[in-house]
Amino acid sequence: MKKLKLVMVGNGMAGVRTLEELLKIAPDLYDITVFGAEPHPNYNRILLSPVLAGEQTIKDIMLNDVDWYAQNNITLHLGKEITRIDRPRRTVTTADGLQVEYDRLLLATGSTPFMLPIPGVNLAGVLTYRDIGDTHAMIEAAAKYRHAVVIGGGLLGLEAANGLMLRGMDVTVVHLMEWLMERQLDRAAAKLLQQSLEAKGLKFLLQKQTAEILGENGRVSGVRFKPAPGKEGETLPADLVVMAVGIRPNVKLAESAGLHCNRGIVVNDTMQTFDPRIYAVGECVSHRGIAYGLVAPLFEMAKVCANHLAHLGIARYAGSVTSTKLKVTGVDLFSAGDFGGGGDSEEIVMSDPVAGVYKKIVIRDNKIIGSVLYGDTVDGSWYFQLLRDAKNISEIRDHLMSGQSHLGNLGHQGQNSASGMPDEMEVCGCNGVCKGTIAKAIKEKGLFTLEDVRKHTKASSSCGSCTGLVEQILASTIGGAYAPVAAKTKTVCGCTDLTHEDVRLAIREEKLLSIPRTMEFLNWKTPNGCASCRPALNYYLLSTWPHQALDDPQSRFINERAHANIQKNGTFSVVPRMFGGTTNAAELRRIADVVDKYKIPTVKVTGGQRIDLLGVKKEDLPRVWEDLAMPSGHAYAKALRTVKTCVGSEWCRFGVQDSTQMGIDLERTFWKMYAPHKVKMAVSGCPRNCAESGIKDVGVIGVESGWEIYVAGNGGIKTEVAQFFVKVKTAEEVLEYAGAFLQLYREEARYLDRTVHYVARAGLDYVKQKVVDDASNRKALYGRLLYALSGEKDPWLERVESADKREFEMLNA
Amino acid sequence: MNNWKNICPLDAIPPLGARVVRNGDIDIAIFRGRDDHVFAVADRCPHKGGRLSQGIVFDNKVACPLHNWTICLDDGKAVAPDVGCTQTFNVKVEHGQVFLAAPNRSSSSNAAAEFFPPLKEAI
Ligand code: SRM
Ligand SMILES: Cc1cc2nc3c(=O)[nH]c(=O)nc-3n(C[C@H](O)[C@H](O)[C@H](O)COP(=O)(O)OP(=O)(O)OC[C@H]3O[C@@H](n4cnc5c(N)ncnc54)[C@H](O)[C@@H]3O)c2cc1C
Ligand code: SF4
Ligand code: FES
Repeated sequence: MKKLKLVMVGNGMAGVRTLEELLKIAPDLYDITVFGAEPHPNYNRILLSPVLAGEQTIKDIMLNDVDWYAQNNITLHLGKEITRIDRPRRTVTTADGLQVEYDRLLLATGSTPFMLPIPGVNLAGVLTYRDIGDTHAMIEAAAKYRHAVVIGGGLLGLEAANGLMLRGMDVTVVHLMEWLMERQLDRAAAKLLQQSLEAKGLKFLLQKQTAEILGENGRVSGVRFKPAPGKEGETLPADLVVMAVGIRPNVKLAESAGLHCNRGIVVNDTMQTFDPRIYAVGECVSHRGIAYGLVAPLFEMAKVCANHLAHLGIARYAGSVTSTKLKVTGVDLFSAGDFGGGGDSEEIVMSDPVAGVYKKIVIRDNKIIGSVLYGDTVDGSWYFQLLRDAKNISEIRDHLMSGQSHLGNLGHQGQNSASGMPDEMEVCGCNGVCKGTIAKAIKEKGLFTLEDVRKHTKASSSCGSCTGLVEQILASTIGGAYAPVAAKTKTVCGCTDLTHEDVRLAIREEKLLSIPRTMEFLNWKTPNGCASCRPALNYYLLSTWPHQALDDPQSRFINERAHANIQKNGTFSVVPRMFGGTTNAAELRRIADVVDKYKIPTVKVTGGQRIDLLGVKKEDLPRVWEDLAMPSGHAYAKALRTVKTCVGSEWCRFGVQDSTQMGIDLERTFWKMYAPHKVKMAVSGCPRNCAESGIKDVGVIGVESGWEIYVAGNGGIKTEVAQFFVKVKTAEEVLEYAGAFLQLYREEARYLDRTVHYVARAGLDYVKQKVVDDASNRKALYGRLLYALSGEKDPWLERVESADKREFEMLNA
Repeated sequence: MNNWKNICPLDAIPPLGARVVRNGDIDIAIFRGRDDHVFAVADRCPHKGGRLSQGIVFDNKVACPLHNWTICLDDGKAVAPDVGCTQTFNVKVEHGQVFLAAPNRSSSSNAAAEFFPPLKEAI
């Protein structure tokens, strides 16, 4: 089949990202030709500021080198500007007369810097700040001249001013408005910013309108401002003027081809222009009336556009919420959404001018709609995430200002701020990755997302407790280009564009019963998934259709396949179940015999009130289980682990309830229960709480008049105290409420969410409504759990009776 | 010079699963990948020696059970950003039987010594 011809005009960040996305999903559909007016392959434009500041080189910021185009069979024309599109004939023509045909055309022409219409802008030494050429010109000028004037106190102007100052120039920023960055900052934050930039050596002239640029011998020599009425206009000497007063979508070419433009090239939600063969992405477009000037929205557009170019036709772009970070080393500033407030919105403000910290959160209808942070931006990405998710913050409102760390999201060694960490300090304790390594990878490899960083550095890819720190490093290194993925749209993994919720819904509605069928029905992008999605799918199938769905052992992690925990040297550990932490002489004697017989090197009492036999050979597992004659402790599974108990009223002088028996009953009822993640419970016989019920998924505390139930605690990576759920009178009620809560979690949580994560997302009120307030729903949930558990076998006994030899035995050569 | 040995019937390896062959000092993992392709690699992750045979297999790759490195089964190489390589062996399927070109024992222990430092803990 002859390939379709795709031509792209504009070799910048949005266009090339679209090609990358397209090549991922439809590598062979098009013959691709690219025209770029600049003489360079695609580079990371936002990092021009660190280049100007001398912190990076042009080489560091290249995203796709010429080889990348060659490897992907893309014909690349550098330094060639397209000046004409002939839509009837479907051709484009360059300034020097080269003509190429297209079946699909992609416009990604970016923006052009705006020049004030005043006399003198054509003098030598008057520059704008947009590309490598401009950056070089500024670096050269800084080496030769002394006085620079930057017109425009927005993000670009300040970054240019900072760079020129670091290169030794005497820099004055001239701004028309009352305060700096007025589109991103309120007055208070802007004042703090101005002070700290002044302390670095920049000068500012606010509320000044430039009237004219003065010249001598064809080169700029100064600027003159518009006079106050009746006065002479002041002047300021300058050997270099950088005009940073704004950008305009570059629509020249599109307009000349008769495409509908309104500020930008008008596109619909599929990134299509008014000519269905022509798509447009990036800063040049106007989508639902908005033209964006940051890269995060461009990446979302690129994904959608690629989807349609690949004829998949399912993606929609619905606009973006953006955030900004100023990339001036040593200045911490973050702004997102509508920070002006007004109307029916409320503001929470914290201001400490002496410490140089200012924070403002704007709230409407219990949702964050904007925020400005200065001096302490640690929680910027958290607020931004809450904003994008439109999350109801009424429950955490009191803690918002103290930040996410206050909610227990601390890094290791108590670190909660990446900015204060030295480069050699470890960020990821699991994989030993330092701050410097992460920042370097972000810059050199052009990483934009948390996923990218995980893939390239491994940081935050294991236990995840350093995710907050990594996000901060991302945000401070790439500025506003960092957009945390909205939790609602988080896909299962790279094998699909669907969310966990989408997949669960399809499994339920379509009654899907096996992994291959599910992947086929949902158009999985990979032939047999990956190590992330397969275990999740397996769980969703089994929990939705108990007794019907097909279990796939090969989609389970080895521990759940071998029913034992793999150890670092390839041996396994065996943890037999001791209901409620109780045992007896016969069991202990059998354990001792097994240890001797199979020469088990280590016997350890676990933190979960039972005994761990460590270092068992895989081949020995079935016989160890047989000789133990004790049920599986599921210490290896995403399932109910232990129900810890204290001695309780049977023996303890304080005990008011029989906590041991309650624990045994809970464990006997729910053992063999698989779940999105492991589940731990505890029962204490009085509020002294010796079984640590306050940090369990379900914690029960005996009181004189009955039992208190707490849910969604966690004692692991981030310790989370369980929340009070309900108080009940009888042991039967404890079973029913606990069971219904767990079933709701089993049915609704994402795979690998502990209860704490699920409840944080769903909201405790919602969970209470389903389980506590609605008695018939509670009984239905509990009934579904009991049905799922009915007939479930002890996995060890099952294998002792008929082990599939393939699972445990070696072959011989 | 291939020294083919019949190891087992293909059916003895679960689809998207693995079995282990002990060959002298070195354990070789035989994988059954996508579309019944069969691969043989040393059962030792280039990271910290994890048993690859115990990992989840997908698309002719395996995710190591210890720290989730992904290893390509056809060339034994770790998928970027990780770097490392585990030894591969020739293997083929004929008439439903799996044949391994097992290095003979003495040379295999040399090969093993070359590729892997001796294991500290006994397996
Ligand atoms: C054996 C034991 C340590 C011990 O010697 O005491 C243990 C051992 C492991 N824990 Fe644990 N944890 C053990 C009690 C705990 C506890 C304490 C408790 O249960 O009261 C906690 C904190 C409580 C909690 O989970 O809320 C705990 C929090 C973790 C976590 C963090 C979970 C979290 O959501 O934050 C992990 C990592 C994970 O699951 O992803 C983990 C993972 C592990 C793994 C499975 C690591 C692994 O993937 O190989 C270890 C398996 C060793 C093995 O082969 O047996 N272990 N682990 C304890 C077994 C208890 C049992 O009888 O089943
Ligand atoms: C100094 C600086 C700092 C920035 N900092 C940030 C930041 O911190 N965070 C953030 O999110 N964003 C930042 N931005 C904005 C960000 O760089 C842009 O949003 C992004 O580069 C836009 O991508 P694009 O592909 O739409 O346009 P561009 O990357 O500008 O690409 C358009 C390309 O098309 C070429 N072109 C135009 N017309 C034609 C034609 N007719 N024929 C051939 N080629 C043509 C242009 O030469 C250009 O190379 C910054 C920008 C600058 C300049
Ligand atoms: S037992 Fe738990 S805390 Fe100890 S090393 Fe293993 S995972 Fe870490
Ligand atoms: S040993 Fe294989 S990933 Fe660490």
